[in-house]
Amino acid sequence: MTITQRINTGLKRVPAWPLYIVGPLPVIWLYYLGLTNQLGADPVKAIEQQLGLIGLQLIVAGLTITPLRRFAGLNLIKFRRAIGLLAFFYVTVHLLTWLVVDTQLDWAYIWMDIVKRPYITIGMTGFLLLLPLAVTSNNTSIRRLGAATWNKLHRLTYAAALAGAVHYVWLVKGWQTEPLVYLAGIIALLLVRIRIRPKRIVGNTLKRAG
Amino acid sequence: MVYRFKTDLKYSDITPHEIFVNRRQLIAGAGAVAFGSIAGPALAKIDAAKSRYSTDMKPSSFEDITTYNNFYEFGTGKSDPSYYADALTVDPWAIRFDGLVDRPGNYDLGAILKVVNMEERIYRHRCVETWSMVIPWIGFELKTVLERVGVQSGAKYVAFETLERPSEMPAQKRNLLDWPYREGLRLDEAMHPLTILATGLYGEEMPKQNGAPIRLVVPWKYGYKSIKSIVRITLTDKQPKTTWNEIGPDEYGFYSNVNPEVSHPRWSQATERPVGGGLFARRKPTLKFNGYEEEVASLYAGMDLVENH
Repeated sequence: MTITQRINTGLKRVPAWPLYIVGPLPVIWLYYLGLTNQLGADPVKAIEQQLGLIGLQLIVAGLTITPLRRFAGLNLIKFRRAIGLLAFFYVTVHLLTWLVVDTQLDWAYIWMDIVKRPYITIGMTGFLLLLPLAVTSNNTSIRRLGAATWNKLHRLTYAAALAGAVHYVWLVKGWQTEPLVYLAGIIALLLVRIRIRPKRIVGNTLKRAG
Repeated sequence: MVYRFKTDLKYSDITPHEIFVNRRQLIAGAGAVAFGSIAGPALAKIDAAKSRYSTDMKPSSFEDITTYNNFYEFGTGKSDPSYYADALTVDPWAIRFDGLVDRPGNYDLGAILKVVNMEERIYRHRCVETWSMVIPWIGFELKTVLERVGVQSGAKYVAFETLERPSEMPAQKRNLLDWPYREGLRLDEAMHPLTILATGLYGEEMPKQNGAPIRLVVPWKYGYKSIKSIVRITLTDKQPKTTWNEIGPDEYGFYSNVNPEVSHPRWSQATERPVGGGLFARRKPTLKFNGYEEEVASLYAGMDLVENH
């Protein structure tokens, strides 16, 4: 047995459900730090940014699972739903923090921000793209939609990931390294998904012709 | 060439270094020796007169003012400057005055400080990122030094430059901004009594993360106009290139006056969050010219402030 096979066998015994319990804990921790004045001069911004960053990191984590299986043979697929749902959870709490704590439900201001600030427009778009994915992240939906349709629908993740990264690049002043690294990483993770199909089609045609 | 305020005094002569570095012990011990005969240098506390330009708002805490900074020379994180600015050497320090001035030259900071009147100016500070503070600066009017070096009649603008020293300012090794950081003012803005060069805050020497040893403070403009750690001041007849304006002219105008009515592509400038209010601090409406409208509006009479944002 290779090391990867051994890891895969070992992982079969690791359940995914603890992720749903451990995953949300940092939110409580962040708010605790904020309420006890341990997040510096602007705790609202600190919480907002941290939540957004964790959301983006989870999206990246979700995108690595397929390439890891294809190129390294590592099978983490059973954790992907939990990772995806946690990403959605963090993005949602990030959004709620902005709505409730930051702008304090000043709807006129919020609407202006969504429409007029491109980085908020694209962030909001990313969130809306994640919505149908979160709603259909269950076995019933897969059965109802059929695996092919479900897979097609869940390609929205790619657009959402790009929206999240652009949101991050756009919101900082100037061209900062960290957001650009996330954007480059996401683009790379999407590029490795492109299969080169034409060859196979040529092969089939030849076979049929023969 | 005559340097009118050339003396052999160095910046370090104002407060001997060992006393400066041990100033907290000195202050703590001051009570014990208060009845003895103390001679010698004063404490690091800077003597400064009160000013009618000070706001009566409560200043932000020393901790907030010194741990929440935008000083990209030390990194883009708000707490980066407070972590990394320690490495900055601020003594010796000189400012080069050049361009359209009568007495150009490299002036030692100690010599400059000998000829100015220190005042405490408690100013509102508004960042373009929509947070705000109240800061008790110690400084003097920029006008006083500009008059000393002699502004020539053709001068219309004042350009400023921050120190460029990547060995001590680590983020200057990256192409984050086009170093050195540059800012500029129109001459009448520079000569306005609200415009100061600050060398301290809360009665102490300027913390390095806040732009030691000397920085500009222009309270009616967004914070990035108030350039830190200045090494060069140039009088010129052309509008100088300024760092953020070069990066994004739509976002960061040359004037950059605080104005809730000018829509910024990135942040609504209508409101601000005073820092230090905790998690549930309410935003408050931003005032035109950051509340200094009465003092400075006349500088812009007849100007379209949206066009010239």
